[in-house]
Amino acid sequence: MDWRWDFTFETVLPRILPGLWVTVEVTFLSFALSLVLGLFLMIARRSTIRPLSVAAGEFIEFMRGMPLVVVIFFLFFLLPEIGIFLAPFWTGVLAMGIYNAAPVAEILRGGLQAVPKGQWEAAHVLNYSTYRTWRQVILPQAVKPVVPGLGNLLILAFKETPLLSFVAVPEMLDAARRIASETYRFTEPLTVVGILFLILSLFSAVLIRLVERHLLTETRHGK
Amino acid sequence: MSRSPIAILVPLAFLAGLYFAVFSSVAQFLPALLNGLTVTVSVAVPSILLAYAISLLAGLGRLSSIAPLRWVSVVYIEVFRGVSLLVVLFWLYFVLPEFGLTLSAYTAALLGVSLNAGAYGAEIVRGAVRAEPKGQYEACVTLNMPPLRKYARIILPQALVIAIPAMTNMTIELLKGTALVSAVTLVDLTAAGVRQNQLTYRTVEIFSVLALIYFCLAQIVRFSGARLEHVFNRHLGER
Amino acid sequence: MANEKIRFEGVTKRFGALTVLDKLDLSINDGEVVTIIGPSGSGKTTVLRCLMTLESIEDGLIRIDGEPLNKMESEGRLVPASNAHLRRMRLKLGMVFQSFNLFPHLTVLQNCVEPPIFALGVTRDEARSRAQELLDMVGMGDKQAHYPAQLSGGQQQRVAIARTLAMQPEILVFDEPTSALDPETIEEVTSVIRSLAVKHSYTMLMVTHQIAFAHDISDRICFFDKGRIVEQGPPAAVIDAPTEARTQQFLRKVAQAR
Repeated sequence: MDWRWDFTFETVLPRILPGLWVTVEVTFLSFALSLVLGLFLMIARRSTIRPLSVAAGEFIEFMRGMPLVVVIFFLFFLLPEIGIFLAPFWTGVLAMGIYNAAPVAEILRGGLQAVPKGQWEAAHVLNYSTYRTWRQVILPQAVKPVVPGLGNLLILAFKETPLLSFVAVPEMLDAARRIASETYRFTEPLTVVGILFLILSLFSAVLIRLVERHLLTETRHGK
Repeated sequence: MSRSPIAILVPLAFLAGLYFAVFSSVAQFLPALLNGLTVTVSVAVPSILLAYAISLLAGLGRLSSIAPLRWVSVVYIEVFRGVSLLVVLFWLYFVLPEFGLTLSAYTAALLGVSLNAGAYGAEIVRGAVRAEPKGQYEACVTLNMPPLRKYARIILPQALVIAIPAMTNMTIELLKGTALVSAVTLVDLTAAGVRQNQLTYRTVEIFSVLALIYFCLAQIVRFSGARLEHVFNRHLGER
Repeated sequence: MANEKIRFEGVTKRFGALTVLDKLDLSINDGEVVTIIGPSGSGKTTVLRCLMTLESIEDGLIRIDGEPLNKMESEGRLVPASNAHLRRMRLKLGMVFQSFNLFPHLTVLQNCVEPPIFALGVTRDEARSRAQELLDMVGMGDKQAHYPAQLSGGQQQRVAIARTLAMQPEILVFDEPTSALDPETIEEVTSVIRSLAVKHSYTMLMVTHQIAFAHDISDRICFFDKGRIVEQGPPAAVIDAPTEARTQQFLRKVAQAR
């Protein structure tokens, strides 16, 4: 094996680190979009209007079996055809935002279901208004079980960003592939990308575990 | 899953028929997509079997009382859960030859997909084994069950049934993962779709058919999982 | 005097800062039926779990037939027991759990047939005919092909007793065998245990809250509190005419609860 450190530090890292920034941007922007869409999807899913809840349910089910790269390619090809011209970056944000909306909706729904039915009934017999019921009884209890799920999904989203290199979003893997095609050296760029992903995923997993533990102790003190 | 597969597949077949009727262009690109589908399936099926085997080995390895076995499992699980499948695929195909190990595109795809899914599966197996009630272990102790028999006959058969729903999801994720094997130059269903799209620009039709096929594959996995769970859970009652 | 079967010598068990068994001395003769009663949290069940080697003990020695259980002799000294030693010693012991702990994925017959094959090395035919005999004895002969989840609690516990007997132990340990049962199925289990105590020569050690049942079948009652034996003797003494204030108080509470 022939690993060149000068190449690693002088060419690979300086070109991949900006890609890392793009990766982080895409992750958070698309996740914010997923949260908003997921919230609407969850509300539609719980709606009493049957066609709406059925449609939301089918959409979630449908998206769960669909590879993300299919969604990415679809938007990438479709948008220009219908006259919408976006930079690949924003197409990527849109694709990942839509794709992860379904799991977000499921996690939010799970959080609401984790609130015992007795809590709704207690708020009802105490004559709480709908607003007060949600604000003071339901949401505070629903948030805690939701956090670890959303955290894990965020890490998953982070790990899915390299798929955007298929449509030339300049994230880390795209940068690595460009370096490789210019220099015919695959070892350093691809290994550096792999190690960066590993470090960041492990780091964020630890972070989520800390947040989770913090929430748990808070609940215990709360009682 | 309470819905019967027929209730899902019949409307799907109907929709597929509708597509043929409305979009005659489907006939143009469908053969290419079906070729892609055979590649997808030929990667997915052996990968699924391999991933299950890896899940079991690494999951049990992580619970092992033998420390080196535990370390190897932990490192494997954390590395493959931490790094994107796409990066792994590139690495196996383009970097591994640098270490003197050249894999064919098919082998690299198979290994990448199954090692990735196996890392998630290992955590599922571990969770299921640990979810086994303490009383089962204690009964094994008082009945003097030898360790190997204890796992093979008592703990694993129960744990694997508990693991079926999560393993079903893992299998669907694996199936979705095969859509990335174009990274190692295989022309799978997705890659075939993209190619056809560049030839015909029938974006909506092509991607609808693509989505339908993936949906059907996922439904097949989901249905098999539900069946399996039903069969094995028949006697176990509420747990 | 009969032979000593089990002997606890200064057995101490702690969970963290909590001392559950405090230098327990207890001797049980061959064929004797001993029942431990006492308030919850008094360490009754821990005695059984230490005997079954489900818990390790911090200090002291347990002997069975004079041979150390939690230790073994090596070059004239006592060293911590190896797994092989524990396995060999455990062959003399059989335990019936409060929560049955049947294997839910095996049929009633398989539950009773498989353990002896693995642990005793008997042939499948041998194990099967013995299991069928035992299932007949506990009145479960017609349910051989059922799975545990298809049975009532009382039925499951009778199967668990048959499974324990299939291992041909010399000592039977019962950990609150009726506590997880619906009231109407308690009788079917106690009558099986009673017949074991009366008709067979097993040495039995039991923890139960069924005071009347304990009175019926026991040769000796030990009243346990805070990790120690407060009072022991024949049922006619300990239950009918207790001398210790704590025993009197406990029995009064149990009687009131009825």
